[in-house]
Amino acid sequence: MMKNARATILAAAVSAAAIVSFAVPALAQRDPAYAAARANGTVGERVDGYLGIVGDATPALQSMVNDINIKRRAVYSRKAVEKDATVEQYAMTAGCQAIARTVPGEKYQAPSGEWRTRTEEPPERDPRCP
Amino acid sequence: MIGLSALSGCINVAAPEEPIVIELNINIRQEVIYRLAEDAANTIDENADIF
Repeated sequence: MMKNARATILAAAVSAAAIVSFAVPALAQRDPAYAAARANGTVGERVDGYLGIVGDATPALQSMVNDINIKRRAVYSRKAVEKDATVEQYAMTAGCQAIARTVPGEKYQAPSGEWRTRTEEPPERDPRCP
Repeated sequence: MIGLSALSGCINVAAPEEPIVIELNINIRQEVIYRLAEDAANTIDENADIF
């Protein structure tokens, strides 16, 4: 009887902890479809700070990329106002960083406009990037 | 003769080998990018779902 009660309390505590950890993630993570598209190289980081489609666009891919880019633009616009910069300036600065943060296997756009696959080597970036 | 001189006056425009890249961000100066760099890095961290 006592053992059962203890088990019930323990189970309740575990499920409460699980609910909390699911309800309040420390930082929002990439959607699985987006993470997969980055990993398989169907999307890549553009020099202008937006996400690009590397090969042929499918409606689903286009829709996902548009959605992310609309959100990025909203963030860039807000931050650009705060920093007294233009959206394009802020976006390109973020692009420098986003390209630097690509991991081997992911795609990024070189200053020439061509898509490259990130290797262990530093990416080929615009000379103005920090 | 008139035909020949007209021909020699032609300007040859060869298509470039490389695709033409339109530099939309040509006016963005390096000092601006350096000024914004730290803030942009934080922005990426704070919006990990879309970066």
